[in-house]
Amino acid sequence: MIPAAFEYHRPGDLPSALALLQEHGDEARVIAGGHSLIPMMKLRMAEVPHLIDLQAIDALRGITIDGRRITLGAMVTQAEIIAHAGLNTHAPILREAALQIADPQVRAMGTLGGNVANGDPGNDMPGLMQCLNATFHVTGPDGSRDIPAREFYESAYLTAREDDEILTAVSFDAPTGGQAYAKQKRKIGDYATAAAAVILTREGAHCTAASIAMTNLSDTPIWAEAAGDALVGTACNEDAVIAAITAMQAAIDPSEDNRGPAEFKRHAAGIILARAIARAWSRA
Amino acid sequence: MNDLTPDRDDRTAKLKGIGCARKRVEDARFTQGKGNYVDDIKLPGMLFGDFVRSPYAHARVKSIDTSAAMALDGVVAVLTAKDLEPLGLHWMPTLAGDKQMVLADGKVLFQGQEVAFVVARDRYIAADAVELVEVEYEELPVITDPFEALQSDVTLREDLTPGADGAHGPRRHPNHIFLWEEGDKSATEEVIAAADVVAEEMIYYHRTHPCPLETCGCVASMDKVNGKLTVYGTFQAPHVVRTVASLLSGIDEHNIRVVSPDIGGGFGNKVGVYPGYVCAIVASIVTGVPVKWVEDRMENLMATAFARDYWMKGKIAATKDGKITGLWCHVTADHGAFDACADPTKFPAGFFHICTGSYDIPVAYVGVDGVYTNKAPGGVAYRCSFRVTEAAYFIERMIEILAIELGMDAAELRRLNFIRADQFPYQSALGWEYDSGDYHTAWDKALKAVDYAGLRAEQADRVAAFKRGETRKLLGIGLTHFTEIVGAGPVKNCDILGMGMFDSCEIRIHPTGSAIARLGTISQGQGHATTFAQILASEIGIPADKITVEEGDTDTAPYGLGTYGSRSTPVAGAATALAGRKIRAKAQMIAAYLLEVHDDDVEFDIDRFVVKGAPERFKTMAEIAYAAYHQAIPGVEPGLEAVSYYDPPNMTYPFGAYICVMEIDVDTGEIEVRQFYALDDCGTRINPMVIEGQVHGGLTEALAIAMGQEIAYDEMGNVKTGTLMDFFLPTAWETPHYTTDHTETPSPHHPIGAKGVGESPNVGGVPAFSNAVHDALRPFGLRQTHMPHDHWRIWRAAHALGLHG
Repeated sequence: MIPAAFEYHRPGDLPSALALLQEHGDEARVIAGGHSLIPMMKLRMAEVPHLIDLQAIDALRGITIDGRRITLGAMVTQAEIIAHAGLNTHAPILREAALQIADPQVRAMGTLGGNVANGDPGNDMPGLMQCLNATFHVTGPDGSRDIPAREFYESAYLTAREDDEILTAVSFDAPTGGQAYAKQKRKIGDYATAAAAVILTREGAHCTAASIAMTNLSDTPIWAEAAGDALVGTACNEDAVIAAITAMQAAIDPSEDNRGPAEFKRHAAGIILARAIARAWSRA
Repeated sequence: MNDLTPDRDDRTAKLKGIGCARKRVEDARFTQGKGNYVDDIKLPGMLFGDFVRSPYAHARVKSIDTSAAMALDGVVAVLTAKDLEPLGLHWMPTLAGDKQMVLADGKVLFQGQEVAFVVARDRYIAADAVELVEVEYEELPVITDPFEALQSDVTLREDLTPGADGAHGPRRHPNHIFLWEEGDKSATEEVIAAADVVAEEMIYYHRTHPCPLETCGCVASMDKVNGKLTVYGTFQAPHVVRTVASLLSGIDEHNIRVVSPDIGGGFGNKVGVYPGYVCAIVASIVTGVPVKWVEDRMENLMATAFARDYWMKGKIAATKDGKITGLWCHVTADHGAFDACADPTKFPAGFFHICTGSYDIPVAYVGVDGVYTNKAPGGVAYRCSFRVTEAAYFIERMIEILAIELGMDAAELRRLNFIRADQFPYQSALGWEYDSGDYHTAWDKALKAVDYAGLRAEQADRVAAFKRGETRKLLGIGLTHFTEIVGAGPVKNCDILGMGMFDSCEIRIHPTGSAIARLGTISQGQGHATTFAQILASEIGIPADKITVEEGDTDTAPYGLGTYGSRSTPVAGAATALAGRKIRAKAQMIAAYLLEVHDDDVEFDIDRFVVKGAPERFKTMAEIAYAAYHQAIPGVEPGLEAVSYYDPPNMTYPFGAYICVMEIDVDTGEIEVRQFYALDDCGTRINPMVIEGQVHGGLTEALAIAMGQEIAYDEMGNVKTGTLMDFFLPTAWETPHYTTDHTETPSPHHPIGAKGVGESPNVGGVPAFSNAVHDALRPFGLRQTHMPHDHWRIWRAAHALGLHG
């Protein structure tokens, strides 16, 4: 559990970080909170001769709420998300999800940017960001561009970000309606056996809009559009929830691991989604 | 007596002796990060060792090329079996009478096996050099299933002579280690054939791992000038390590000093001798400088000793009224690549034959087949006395299954079959003499405490609600009444590599009335420095706060067999009390002299000797100690010291009644422990707070084992649970609230009546948690589903019962 030797870089601004990435190419990786990358380096499954630490770059920090638009710097930690009063008012689902990530020590270091950029299907924030229809902001040698969260993930650890780009921020409109993040895990610190992010808009007795995303049930997060559609126009009653679960289960593709066989995960995903829908509906 | 004399209660309280919830004296340093563990030891010029390990579970080693590693700046040596062979150290004896490769000799037999040992200037260079050692392997067929091993034509241990006896008798197959039997087989089979009711089941206690917070490691330091070897290490039995090291290395035993510093948990993982210790010692002898080896977490889980892995086939016979008439058991024991169980030498299956449990079973038989597979060696007693957890789990599951067979309440079935208080000392059908117990009292107290009848009524309501579709959660009531056998043990039948399992205590009283006591045991978190001082305080009348307890340095401590199997209090605790009594006997003579009366005319009174009938005439222990060193007393040697080596006449038999109330979500397999009641009877209670801490810790380990903790392999022999992501180690978050309680039935043969408690909660906790899962699903037809009861396995059991529609 000792990594190979590496050079440690700690640039003070984004252009310096980008320049280091350019200079070292494949030999360089940026590090945010390090909770995915450092274990990989210790296991010598990732060899990173040049490690570029982003923590000294102030421009990657901070949470801003401008009208309905919420922007979080890539280096915002899970702990900061949990503690931010404005965020909790405008998008409480972030706090609910962040509280279910690992433990307080990990959350003090783990960042939103690292969580969404790494492309690990076990991470919670990618699915949540797809549920929120968030936009990822990346900057590279040719300038900045925006990538919708729903188009970011290609397969496990493969994303739309180019190797010479750095994810700088995430933004989204404050959701309206009821929100819930439900997660089944074996223990503190574990990835989800199944997790669901649900946002429901309610007018009178009926659901008028629904967004559903699932975590760790495929090699990417799954925004289950058809599952959300199954709830629109309904009172989120039992039949509607069953329809949503059926649609969701058609979209996921879980694989067997120590958390259990695919059949179990498929079943658990349905239960977790039902819990999230019930909770979101009660808050809508 | 005058007004200034404190009353007896005050004097007793001041001692903080037996029965006092004295705060742990060790915790001041542990809670401030001031402990001194093996990895804290830094010696001048120290080098670091690291292992090249096998990626394969079974392969021939074609070649090892160390040249690239040796060329790396900072690498001092790379040892392979070839280098150890001239010293005769490429293999080493195990505690179980087998031998084990120190470094791969021609082939590897499990994933993670030690292949080469790199020694370098620092641990980073060592880790880099490990990557540079090129090993060419030729993969061989892998066997991870013990039943398959006994059928296979693949021989795992080519070093053993086919057909020749092993350490425990005949081997009927190349992958067979031993068959060990106890009890009356034919009588048992006759009883079963004639019985009204027979419950038969296979009970699997899965492979798990003690996983102490601190992994294993050592620092070996050979001083070539004076010929002395010092080894600091994570040793639960430092004296045994010294003797073994002397026998293996040929270094005279007085030239070896073994030191166990603070140990961050052992739980049996640190009893055995590992290749890392041998390699570090050899490397230090070769280089002449200290060499440190400390394994990482993955190495600890993959390669150092596992626990359990017992397939237990059981048959239990009873009358139609529920009176048990016989018990039959056959175990297929997966020992991995080498038989490295840490059991007393004559007991290849440990004390598994305590498996008649708390019940009066007239006839019984046990047979255990030990088997080699391509898994890590071990089979240690993980927070239990040798294989007692397996035995307790077996009988407590069999009782539940018999209750199903009889259609009886499992609490009532237990009560009907308990050994009665008037039957002690009780001779079990498998050869043990239970020292004392009062099971009915404990059981009734436990059932009343949880309102057992109320719980059963609630459970019935829940089942009805479930069937009406109103809930998806079921309620399980997990019952256990366990009896342990601890305190190994009488030298006449308990030894490790020929060394009798006595233990020891040496006491020196200082002139000003304080003391130091040294023991042959070693605390790994048990709080010996706290509790052994309390035993002495009550025995010799010196406050516990004025008694230093020291263990773990073989140059200063008297010889002992170490700490495991809950043996410290039953054996070393007894030695402590008896050494204290020797002190007291001499103090009596001194007091009589000082008081100018006959020896028989003074008596001990808490912290002093008083003249019989004249309590105002006394000498305190502090005064006596001072006189022992400063006054010429005719016929009495100066000084006040004593040593006692204690060979226990019998084991002790702690017992307890545990009840777990658990909610189970049949859809997700999630569980919630709503209530856990733990009644322990460990005989005389030395420190109630330390006992409670032991019970909380042991129950939490039991929760882990029952509900998720396992060492799992795939069919290629790859370890699937090699990190704490997948190996369940509970945090405060997963830990339920526990209610502790007790009865107190002293051991009649122990000097202070104490029985030992550290392991009871693991022994009793696992069946309590597991029985709760089974009990929740019993109304729907479940008989047996194997541990660990993690989410998907509970789901699978519910699914098989048709609970998912």
